[in-house]
Amino acid sequence: MRELSLNILDIAQNSIAAGASLTNIEVAEDTAKHELTITVRDNGCGMTAEQVANVLDPFFTTRTTRKVGMGIPLFKLAAEQTGGCLKIESEKGKGTTTSAVFKTDSIDFTPLGDVTSTVAILISMNTDRDFIYKRSRDGESFVLSTVEMREILGGVPLNEPEVVQWMKDYINEQTNILLGGVNQ
Amino acid sequence: MKSLAELQAIKERTLKNMTARNDSEDATRIVVGMATCGIAAGARPVMNAFTEELARRSLKGVTVSQTGCIGMCQYEPIVEVFVPGQEKVTYVQMTVEKVAKIVNDHIVNGNIVTEYTVGAVAK
Repeated sequence: MRELSLNILDIAQNSIAAGASLTNIEVAEDTAKHELTITVRDNGCGMTAEQVANVLDPFFTTRTTRKVGMGIPLFKLAAEQTGGCLKIESEKGKGTTTSAVFKTDSIDFTPLGDVTSTVAILISMNTDRDFIYKRSRDGESFVLSTVEMREILGGVPLNEPEVVQWMKDYINEQTNILLGGVNQ
Repeated sequence: MKSLAELQAIKERTLKNMTARNDSEDATRIVVGMATCGIAAGARPVMNAFTEELARRSLKGVTVSQTGCIGMCQYEPIVEVFVPGQEKVTYVQMTVEKVAKIVNDHIVNGNIVTEYTVGAVAK
């Protein structure tokens, strides 16, 4: 994966496949510690302790179509090569939380990339699910919630082109403000 | 600055112009493979390009959706086009540049872009 945002898209697809109605995606940065933490938390079908123990093995998957699952191992590798780590907590019937810590000052740190596209695609391709995206840095943060958007939009679907464009602009703008860039 | 209040304006505008959506059986479907293999190969910008191109042309009766691994990971990003009453067309090793041509030639004008299909690329 060339960008961590692609890992986020990949991991969140697992939440969709697990039947999650709500998926929380959080990207948190601590500049003093040189740490970036990515968390994907869902209320999907969850996993048994045995499945969690096996999930880091690329040759373990619950799919029947093929016997290889690379998503989690790739995400783990991306975190560990920076000196960080990956943690999965899951409970059958409750949901799964996958979080990875990256050391941003490592030479092997993969750039975060275009999280806006990842979030916009997840939301517009799964209009029957809810997503909450939170981006924070050193205690400051912003949130995009489809629950909140739905309340305002009423019957207008979340994949309406104008709505998708608004989401992208909103996330980009808020990210810029958060990271101390353009403040309009 | 973008605010949630703008969504209210979008809602009012859209509801006024919204016609019955054509998500039924007679819609053309564009399906992008979005498993790990597809994502790693560049499916995200391809999917983005399709939705943007369709929005730019205001095409109705065409849907973009995602699917899992199609099974030919070496040819990802893979895009399948389902036109009602016709055989499925599989485009492989997709790029953002190929999207505009597929929308123009295939989706709008009904001419399959043969050189991008799996039949032309796979050996």
